[in-house]
Amino acid sequence: MKIKPKKAKKVRALVFSGYGLNCEEEAAYGFTLAGAEADIVHINDIIDGKVSVNDYQILCFPGGFAYGDDTGSGKAYANRVKNHLGKDLATFLSEGKLIIGICNGFQILTELGLLPGALTYNDSNRYTDRWVDLEAEGESPWLTGITRLSVPVAHGEGKFVAPPKELAELKKKKMVALRYVKGEMCAYQDLPLNPSGTMEDIAGVLSHEGRVFGLMPHPDRALFSTQLPHWPLLKERARRGESFPEHGPGLAIFENGVNYFPN
Amino acid sequence: MAIRIDVISAIPDARALVKKNEFQGLVGKGKIRAVQIADSYTIDSALTKTGLTEARLALTNPKTERSYRGQWLPKRFTRGIEIGFLPGVTDNAGNTAKEMIEDAARHAFEPGEQVYSSQTFFITGAVSEKDAQKIAASLHNPLIQTARVFGSEIRKERPTPRIPRVVLSGSSKVIHVDLDVHDDELQALSTYGIRDESGVRRGPLGLSLPYLKVIRSHFKRLGRQPTDIELETLAQTWSEHCKHIIFASPIDGAPKGIYKTYIKGATEKIRKAKGRKDFCVSVFKDNSGGIEFDEKYVITHKVETHNTPSALDPFGGAITGIVGVNRDALGFGLGAKPVANVYGFCFAPSRDASRLYRDRAQREEMLSAKRIAEGVIKGINAGGNQSGIPTENGFMLFDASYRGKPLVFAGTVGLIPKKRNARMLYKKKAKNGDYIVMVGGRVGLDGIHGATFSSTELNANSPSTAVQIGDPITQKKFSDALAKEARDLGLYNSITDNGAGGLSSSVGEMAREAGGCRVDLEKVPVKYPGLEPWQIWISESQERMTLAVPPKKWRAFSALMRRRGVEATVIGEFTRSGACVVAYARKTILDIRLDFLHDGAPLYPLRVEKRETRTEAPKVRALRDYSHALAAMLSRENLASNEFLSRQFDHEVQSGSVLKPIQGAGRVSAEAGVFRPVLSSSRAVVLSSGVAPFYSDLDPYGMAAASIDTAIRNAVAAGASMDHLALLDNFCWTESDTPGRLWQLREAARACYDYAVAYGTPYISGKDSMFNDFKGYDEKGNFVQISALPTLLISTIGVMENAENAVSIDAKCPGDFLYLLGETHEELGGSEFFRMIAEHGQKGKIGGRVPKVEAKKNLKLYKTFEKAVREELVASALSVNRGGLALALSKKALAGNLGIEADLSKIPGTAKAPHALLFSESQGRILASVRPDAAHRFEKLFTGQGYRRIGAVTKKPVLSVMLANKKLAFLSLNKALASYRKTFKEW
Repeated sequence: MKIKPKKAKKVRALVFSGYGLNCEEEAAYGFTLAGAEADIVHINDIIDGKVSVNDYQILCFPGGFAYGDDTGSGKAYANRVKNHLGKDLATFLSEGKLIIGICNGFQILTELGLLPGALTYNDSNRYTDRWVDLEAEGESPWLTGITRLSVPVAHGEGKFVAPPKELAELKKKKMVALRYVKGEMCAYQDLPLNPSGTMEDIAGVLSHEGRVFGLMPHPDRALFSTQLPHWPLLKERARRGESFPEHGPGLAIFENGVNYFPN
Repeated sequence: MAIRIDVISAIPDARALVKKNEFQGLVGKGKIRAVQIADSYTIDSALTKTGLTEARLALTNPKTERSYRGQWLPKRFTRGIEIGFLPGVTDNAGNTAKEMIEDAARHAFEPGEQVYSSQTFFITGAVSEKDAQKIAASLHNPLIQTARVFGSEIRKERPTPRIPRVVLSGSSKVIHVDLDVHDDELQALSTYGIRDESGVRRGPLGLSLPYLKVIRSHFKRLGRQPTDIELETLAQTWSEHCKHIIFASPIDGAPKGIYKTYIKGATEKIRKAKGRKDFCVSVFKDNSGGIEFDEKYVITHKVETHNTPSALDPFGGAITGIVGVNRDALGFGLGAKPVANVYGFCFAPSRDASRLYRDRAQREEMLSAKRIAEGVIKGINAGGNQSGIPTENGFMLFDASYRGKPLVFAGTVGLIPKKRNARMLYKKKAKNGDYIVMVGGRVGLDGIHGATFSSTELNANSPSTAVQIGDPITQKKFSDALAKEARDLGLYNSITDNGAGGLSSSVGEMAREAGGCRVDLEKVPVKYPGLEPWQIWISESQERMTLAVPPKKWRAFSALMRRRGVEATVIGEFTRSGACVVAYARKTILDIRLDFLHDGAPLYPLRVEKRETRTEAPKVRALRDYSHALAAMLSRENLASNEFLSRQFDHEVQSGSVLKPIQGAGRVSAEAGVFRPVLSSSRAVVLSSGVAPFYSDLDPYGMAAASIDTAIRNAVAAGASMDHLALLDNFCWTESDTPGRLWQLREAARACYDYAVAYGTPYISGKDSMFNDFKGYDEKGNFVQISALPTLLISTIGVMENAENAVSIDAKCPGDFLYLLGETHEELGGSEFFRMIAEHGQKGKIGGRVPKVEAKKNLKLYKTFEKAVREELVASALSVNRGGLALALSKKALAGNLGIEADLSKIPGTAKAPHALLFSESQGRILASVRPDAAHRFEKLFTGQGYRRIGAVTKKPVLSVMLANKKLAFLSLNKALASYRKTFKEW
């Protein structure tokens, strides 16, 4: 199992924190493993001007429960970003840089209007933690070389919705990043492919030529081989001559983000 | 003028659809045609017109929602039900809305101004007023919420917004209490509390007569009467809850008391024997217990119970339980980061439809068994998930005795570096001159006198004090600011949690480190005006820590907290006066010597008397085929899949998950969880537990032994090492003022000593809850007492060097050999099998021999097993627990989605009868599968110990259990899986 980072490149990633976001450490570790220099920064330190987003190539809004999901997931944090950092983000994007929002971060990006559509309550109206299978279909630097991918989801408000017109345009412009499909994990644990009732099985979307990427699934929780639900089975098979993965499938997304920038 | 904003969903609302189904279940399917939900925010502040527009925009997602000013009503509805909070109840959505409005509209709220949230359910259909009342009852808890049911008449009325503002007329005057009175009056003081100026009693002090007399003579010597706040403080500090009097008092057979003799005594002996291999770092003296993780880190653990609050408000009780125990991690040393949660539930069966009342007049009804269970589950869900702490392990048990009070266990594992700069982070000490700083939430009337405050004493504007709702985000903010920033900057010298007893307890405790304290109570930030000084001092308002900050560091500390959105206030300073001194408006109102406060309570010897429970064993009819019995066992509430819990409790956040709570292709509930708390380290932590309350009345010593053995074995089967494994004890007892129950308690504690010492597994932390008894009235108005089974939860925490050595429960490959390690005897007393039989016409007959734990044999077996795991010989392993070998075989097959062929004819041990071979709960057993080419080495390791190769894993999807050439049980995997999953399908 690979758990230590490669030698650091010069790419710098900023991972937002504060107000109940809670996946900042694993998201930052994903970028670190991928070779970037990752900093976890409280949103107020950016607002106060102590840290500038200009010094970074990648911004990450990680998962969590910002403001406890009160008044709707992502809403309150997005408002804080909008009220104080709206211009900074616009400049950041105009420079051809990358943004990723994972789970709560995805909800924040849609509430900010940086990504299309909206996220609402799962059909079950219940928080659900499980593994899913994904198929990449959009055009994005984040998805280079990825066709299929299995990682976990854990959310209560992950159902993507968009009006028919917006949805048609999304598809036309290749802005649907990921869809839930029946794959290895669904087959292994006999699970339905769609964990939330999300529209057309959409798990993630794109904007800004694919540079802004939001997804409900958690690549940051699939960095290591021992996070796979069936790793003990793979390990036992490895003892009988088969191969054992070096790292988790989610790492590829972080590597794509980092490798997008030239050395 | 208050303004109301209503937000409704503009797209199909999953919440409303789920509610529709629930309502249909309550009043009949045909009656409910549609449900709509409106979320309301009543803003009690003078917003400008543009401010209001900004607020409305901020609260509305334009793609999915619409919002309106004033109360929104749908075009058509039959009944509306609006649920809001009672005054003073934590309103998280309201608080967030307030922050959003402050930010979006740049509007400053005046002190006392608030946003109040409420939710309205609009129902269309043939719902009568009575139906609507029934639905309303299911939607709210009258202890914390209000429900308003209305019909279409509301269109004309246009009611003014309801503002649940707290209005108090508390006096800041301090009362001197005359203790020189007759015993009857002293007793009344204890039971009903101090009389305030108007003669009304404030609620129980709970101090016993002898204690009140000790206090009387103490103040006589000082030549003055105690003040109300002094008595309230002593009542808190000397309470069973804070002092653990029963565990500390001399008891027959253990003159130094149960805690010192059996629990601490065991740990001391084990640590000594381990010598240089001792891994304990800080045990029993801090908010959690800490053991070594590696050379850089300490890992901590603490398990708490929150039983009474969960009985009253299951959601609030459970969420404050889990968020509260998170603070025990944060309160360890200078602040450990919470890295894992565990839970344990003991509920009454949900089919138990009995109605119970707290009062004879039947005005205060207890919630139903099902609602308690559902609310508790929701509370653990919200508390753990919102805090971003993975729930790695837990259990759920059912028994009728938990109808009066459920048992809700909540535990938290913390991680803390040993050292930062020159400072040892697991040590702390408040110093003379340090500021006393309160961090986090504000103080209200929450939890004053705990749950004894009767709801009948509540009126329209008096806050609900009996129960509280946790606020995970306020806590998350200071948790991050402290454990991830201020701690490592060295900005404070000591920290502790505000739990039971509030400031009186946290400041009182920390004052011991410095040698004294002086507090100015008027500096404490309050939720609303009008609190009396004594109330501020003992309030149990949640989400607060108390810190000792050196004056030199205050500016940096205070600036950091402000930038993190965390309120921090200096409320006094630590001194070396030897006394705890509290002032209000410059007047000293409390002045107690620390030695009297902490050590002034005398301990009185406790008497025990053997309590024998004569319970017969049921008559067991020999069956030709046990397939049907096995299927029935798989559906038992205490054995069936509780995947629905593991799915909704996030167990993968923080990215360290190794062995998940549900495992294998078949998604089977596991007994142990494994995770990596440090992302750059391959080391892992193993968590598990053992609990065997069904043995308690038959043999309390055997019960405790089985709990310990089970907890340890579960961890070992998952790959833990006996050399790095620690225990935690949680006693939930009943009627602990009776010699019979105290005998049971002592017997259980005696086993705790014997087995911990035998296994070399020290206790690092514990907690007891001594009175899990419900006293109230049934439907007919008869007095009833329901006492929970004496329940001992033993939790284990262990460290393993390499996460990849963790062993999951699922059978891996067809052709693998199956081994049963350990001996099987006819030990079915209190077993799940006997409980099942007894339910069919043999009520209460669950007697018989309780499993006997052979620690010496088991220890050898476990150590050998550990070796086999390290040599990578074990493909899967499952500890044989409740339900016996038949259950273990089923779970292994189901988890692997592979068949099993087993023959039990020559298994080690004395069990002979088929039902005993299948269902006996003998301890010390592990069921393992091994790849054929490793079998020789595996068998060689176990030479001379009780083990048997009982069969093999097969491709054929069938579970087949034979006794030589006789079929004992034969189940297809599909049938077994359906039985295993059906019980909680609708949960």
